[in-house]
Amino acid sequence: MPQVFHRSANLIARVSIIAVVVLIGVLTYALYQIEESAWYTNIGEARPQPVPFSHRHHVGELGIDCRYCHTSVEKSAFAGLPPTETCMSCHSQIWTNAAMLEPVRASYRDNVSISWVRVNALPQFVYFDHSIHVRMGVGCTTCHGPIASMPLTYRYGTLYMSWCLNCHRQPSKFLRPRSEVFDPYYQPPSAVHPVTYREVKYTDQLALGRQLMKDYKVYSLTDCDTCHR
Amino acid sequence: MDSEGTETTTQTQDKLIQPGHTMATVTDKISSIVLTRGTTMGWVGGFAVAFALFVLLNVAMGYLFFVGVGIWGINIPVAWAFAITNFVWWIGIGHAGTLISAFLLIMHQKWRTSINRFAEAMTIFAVACAGMFPLLHMGRPWLFYYLLPYPNVMWLWPQFRSPLVWDVFAVSTYLTVSLLFWYIGLLPDLATLRDRAKKKVSQVLYGFFSLGWRGSASHWTRYETASILLAGLATPLVVSVHTVVSFDFAIALVPGWHSTIFPPYFVAGAIYSGFAMVLTLAIPLRKWYRLEDMVTVKHLDIMGKVMLATGVIVAYGYIMETFMAFYSGNGFDRYMIMNRMVGPYTYVYWTLITCNIVIPQALWWKKVRRNPLFLFLVSIVINIGMWLERFVIIVVSLHREYNPSYWGMFYPTRWDWAVLFGSMGLFLTLFYLFIRFLPMISIVEMRALVHKTEKKEEAAA
Repeated sequence: MPQVFHRSANLIARVSIIAVVVLIGVLTYALYQIEESAWYTNIGEARPQPVPFSHRHHVGELGIDCRYCHTSVEKSAFAGLPPTETCMSCHSQIWTNAAMLEPVRASYRDNVSISWVRVNALPQFVYFDHSIHVRMGVGCTTCHGPIASMPLTYRYGTLYMSWCLNCHRQPSKFLRPRSEVFDPYYQPPSAVHPVTYREVKYTDQLALGRQLMKDYKVYSLTDCDTCHR
Repeated sequence: MDSEGTETTTQTQDKLIQPGHTMATVTDKISSIVLTRGTTMGWVGGFAVAFALFVLLNVAMGYLFFVGVGIWGINIPVAWAFAITNFVWWIGIGHAGTLISAFLLIMHQKWRTSINRFAEAMTIFAVACAGMFPLLHMGRPWLFYYLLPYPNVMWLWPQFRSPLVWDVFAVSTYLTVSLLFWYIGLLPDLATLRDRAKKKVSQVLYGFFSLGWRGSASHWTRYETASILLAGLATPLVVSVHTVVSFDFAIALVPGWHSTIFPPYFVAGAIYSGFAMVLTLAIPLRKWYRLEDMVTVKHLDIMGKVMLATGVIVAYGYIMETFMAFYSGNGFDRYMIMNRMVGPYTYVYWTLITCNIVIPQALWWKKVRRNPLFLFLVSIVINIGMWLERFVIIVVSLHREYNPSYWGMFYPTRWDWAVLFGSMGLFLTLFYLFIRFLPMISIVEMRALVHKTEKKEEAAA
């Protein structure tokens, strides 16, 4: 009886076994890479805004406090976007004729809000409250990144649940003293930049974080209904 | 029945294979069913019925996915009804196949030889039917993968303290090991079919799936090692899988579920129903394909005994449940048992007792165990009884829990029935395809059995 298969079938069989294993590995790796990539998460991608508002200029160069515009950040879930009046509190005096600011003046004149494009939007099924995070010593830049050096605002975190849990599981890795929360240039404690808290110099984030958790009564909240209410 | 009657009186009744068989005749007989007999009208008729039921299942599933689980009779308090009853029933049926193929292999029980192949096939098809139900029962079945622990951007794992997650592991392990074990066992037979096939298509297909089996000594060594290893892996599964399934109930606090007797009682019930299903399949098969010389009356007798033994354990479970309800002094447990016996589902309970305890007592008589028709009827009754047992455990326990304000009734809808009978259609469709395209009795192991029997006879002579 002649052979049913050609000799090469042996090689093909062996190669395909290896190929399947390799392919599954490569595909899995590729999927995770895509999921984490800026292309998929939009991290670092500046959104075009109706007015090219620069945090670098206002926060970094002029040193305006976050709360000057985001007024409700300490009191409510939403940090708040400034009304046009807030812009006009300065821009009625300076750069009054700048072409770049025409949409702001138009908004003021016509009493129509500026439609800012949202950079960090959480889905509706997530309950997030700025005030409690700020109160517990989570700095603005911990989640929003180096805002003082962003010409146009971009997203810094993935906003994945893993990103939230990274801190919720071990808050001591990120907490800072309440007095430093709004400091856009804050550096976590290190040997070079120690952080002074209650007259103690900390050079280690975990030591500081653990002390802060104790003082501020911060717990690792990871129940589903902490955020999904 | 006359022919069956004479069969029991012959001298050869206690042989596992009728005399006169040689290695060649065994191979010829089994392989000819697949290769030369062709597609018979009987097969086509049976397959048509099975396939029609399978289509019914697809219609029912399509409508279910479109509308949602509301098409079934489930609601609060009876949120688990037919779907979970069917799940436990099917997975229990699978257990006999694993017991026969793995446990009895390790125990060197020769009588498993001629029934293990189709019993294993039964296991795989039953697990396939079973695995479908928890998914269908999900409100959003397309999110079933949430049950699997895979790394994800949510950093979210399944709830490992939940027995429902243990189920996922138990059932998927069971399916994997059973499938591997069955397939490894098939390899030499597939090679036999490849060598005997006349058509090019058959040669290529059987050749492809026989993975280049040439029957060399090294192939046989590896085959034996793999079989024993997989049997060793599969044996604990006979006990563990249904134990985990029983935890779905025993871990919960519902009266009628929260009981330590559940694991052993579920395992015994699983083997009980599994052997009933093996007989339900074996008796018509040996008749239609004239395999009485290979699946002998002795096989039927032994399986009848296994059913009797496991049936007695199951009966003990029922008695203990009732006893403990009163002995514990727990009012809720006592109410649960009384509700089963005289509550709104009283007819289901007493049908279950009749099917699972009363009628199977006929198996104490050798005449019944050795009469294929009677045994077939008893096996059908046990299949029904075991389904009813799960219905009683699930629905009758849930419908009246602690607080009368959430008591309610469950009434199955036509879609409930459609899915139940549809799953039988899926099972039978797969089984019909199996007997048409694969050797339903292990040729290799039958050859070995012939060899051993011959040697024994030579030694005796």
